[in-house]
Amino acid sequence: MRTNKLSVVGAAALLLGAGGAFANEGGRAGWERQAENEVADLPSLQRGARNFMAYCSGCHSLKYMRYSRLGSDLKISDAALAQLLVRPGDKPTDYIKASMPASDAQDWFGKQPPDLSLVARSRGPDWIFNFLTTFYADPASRQTGVNNLQLPGTAMPHILASVQGVQQAVWKDEESKGQDGKPVTTKVFEKFEPGVTGSMTPEQYDEFARDIVNFLQYVGDPAQLERQGLGIWVVLFLLMFTGIAYMLKKEYWKDVR
Amino acid sequence: MGAVVESKGGAFRTWLNKRLPVDQFVADQLTGYYAPKNFNIWYFFGSLALLVFVMQIVTGIFVTMHYKPGEATAFNSVEYLMREVPYGWLLRYLHSTGASAFFVVVYLHMTRALLYGSYKAPRELLWIIGMLIYFALMAEAFMGYVLPWGNMSFWGAQVIINIFNTIPGIGPDLVEWIRGDYAVADSTLNRFFSLHVIAMPFLLALLIMLHLVALRQVGSGNPDGIEIKEKLGADGKPLDGIPFHPYYTLKDIVGVGVFLTLFAIVVFFAPTFGGLFLEHPNFEPANPMSTPDHIAPTWYFTPYYAILRAIPDQRLGALAFACSVLAFVFLPWLDRAKNKSIRYRGMASKLLLGMFFVVFLTLMWLGLQPAEPAYVLMARICIPLYFAFFILLPFVSKADGNGPVPDRVTYHAH
Repeated sequence: MRTNKLSVVGAAALLLGAGGAFANEGGRAGWERQAENEVADLPSLQRGARNFMAYCSGCHSLKYMRYSRLGSDLKISDAALAQLLVRPGDKPTDYIKASMPASDAQDWFGKQPPDLSLVARSRGPDWIFNFLTTFYADPASRQTGVNNLQLPGTAMPHILASVQGVQQAVWKDEESKGQDGKPVTTKVFEKFEPGVTGSMTPEQYDEFARDIVNFLQYVGDPAQLERQGLGIWVVLFLLMFTGIAYMLKKEYWKDVR
Repeated sequence: MGAVVESKGGAFRTWLNKRLPVDQFVADQLTGYYAPKNFNIWYFFGSLALLVFVMQIVTGIFVTMHYKPGEATAFNSVEYLMREVPYGWLLRYLHSTGASAFFVVVYLHMTRALLYGSYKAPRELLWIIGMLIYFALMAEAFMGYVLPWGNMSFWGAQVIINIFNTIPGIGPDLVEWIRGDYAVADSTLNRFFSLHVIAMPFLLALLIMLHLVALRQVGSGNPDGIEIKEKLGADGKPLDGIPFHPYYTLKDIVGVGVFLTLFAIVVFFAPTFGGLFLEHPNFEPANPMSTPDHIAPTWYFTPYYAILRAIPDQRLGALAFACSVLAFVFLPWLDRAKNKSIRYRGMASKLLLGMFFVVFLTLMWLGLQPAEPAYVLMARICIPLYFAFFILLPFVSKADGNGPVPDRVTYHAH
């Protein structure tokens, strides 16, 4: 088959274009980290479910998720599910609702805490991980006494302070040229320093947060575990199909001179 | 076309063919339709586009069984499909990935036409019907993207519908008529659902049928751009032609296998394709009070969107946007070369076409970026180059598209 040089260039350009679309993620700030969670890690998902129900579900719902689906996907027995995860008064087939009434939430935080069923899909796991790990003491925040690097001015109090503790942020001045050419000094985050300590070391807390992130990533698309398992067989079948189709085509095309 | 077919076979077949010309149809369309034997990889994408169309119809039927149009129900019904309907996630991902796959194969199909002059006489009408399919597909995909009623659905609809606002005189009234309300709202969603599942699929099916009828009338082109009908053998068949069936049906099945393998890899392992096929903000329900950080349409609209966005004057921007889409229609008359294929044109033609591909892909990438000054500036450089292709083509093609062409198609038996 004669392949035109230009067609090769065209195809290469198409691939480059697709690559460029992925190189779209740049511009990370220095403090941003990757969650490095592994959604196939079942024990991590189970710990994440426990952490979520213990610390998050008071305010945040998972309104598209049933307890029972959680149980069967994460291989949690019915007894353990009922004892550890299902909130008193709820049935295993119920959707996971927040315990806090919406009107109270409005009064206490000025806004309703968002449903987190799809947060891993809209914000991404790294975002959640950075949100959970970058709370710091901020006396200027009169509501909660803390602030967050990922979501500055967040209305959420540092609910995990008992576990993580409350760290101090260290800022440095950075000179840059403003739009009018005059030097402008901006405060730039430099590092965290330990403040009030919590019950976990920083490494333990990262693991703890990573498990929650992992769990939320599973909740975003619960079929993903099953999907990838099925996908391998589908792709293998299609490769075999293509191979046989190719041999058949070759046999017939022998006549074409 | 083909000769009248004597009905073979048993009593039932004879009975059937007296009443319905099945054998005649197969002979005309498949076994008696002669296609050039030198098709290369670029000739797979027509049959693949047809395959994706059928796939979209079939998955669409099942997705529609669970989807509930309406502001209050749309988003929830999609999540219900994803989570509670057995294999609902598969239906949804097949359909959403299918939309992007449709544009991938259609863009490659159009690239083939640009490379080998498939739009040139006698195939002008074939090309124009194809462009109508492309426009109908854009409308179909746009309305389909609105249906999940995510935040990008909502704001995307807002931006795209507002383009019509710039039409002098009737603009504002037209926009209100399209939306069925003073804002993008429930009525907009419901009419888009109706158009997406009934009107546009019917229109697409009709246009695709016309495209195939026109193709059978003029015959397929080929990478050498030589008409095989001009060199007939003693039997009256083209010397360089082979029956579509079994040769190209079998070859196309290999193409189908390769395509479906790649398609399945996306569906099962990367269904959002890094936010390119399903955008991240669309996993938040539509919220008129909260605009996404930057509104970008799905990747297949972004070349035109980059043009629209880069021009400060709204009306001029919309005009350039419309021209950039419509310009393709005029290619059969803008291209004045004697030879069809790029193989038998000079370096100037090759450079011009190569530049156009690069500019188109650059604009596609730019349309996905936030509207920052550097990106807007790049788009402003690309816009004149984009239109330069259409303006220079008549002169360049006239000047260097007339060299000698071989007598017969280039084919090496394998």
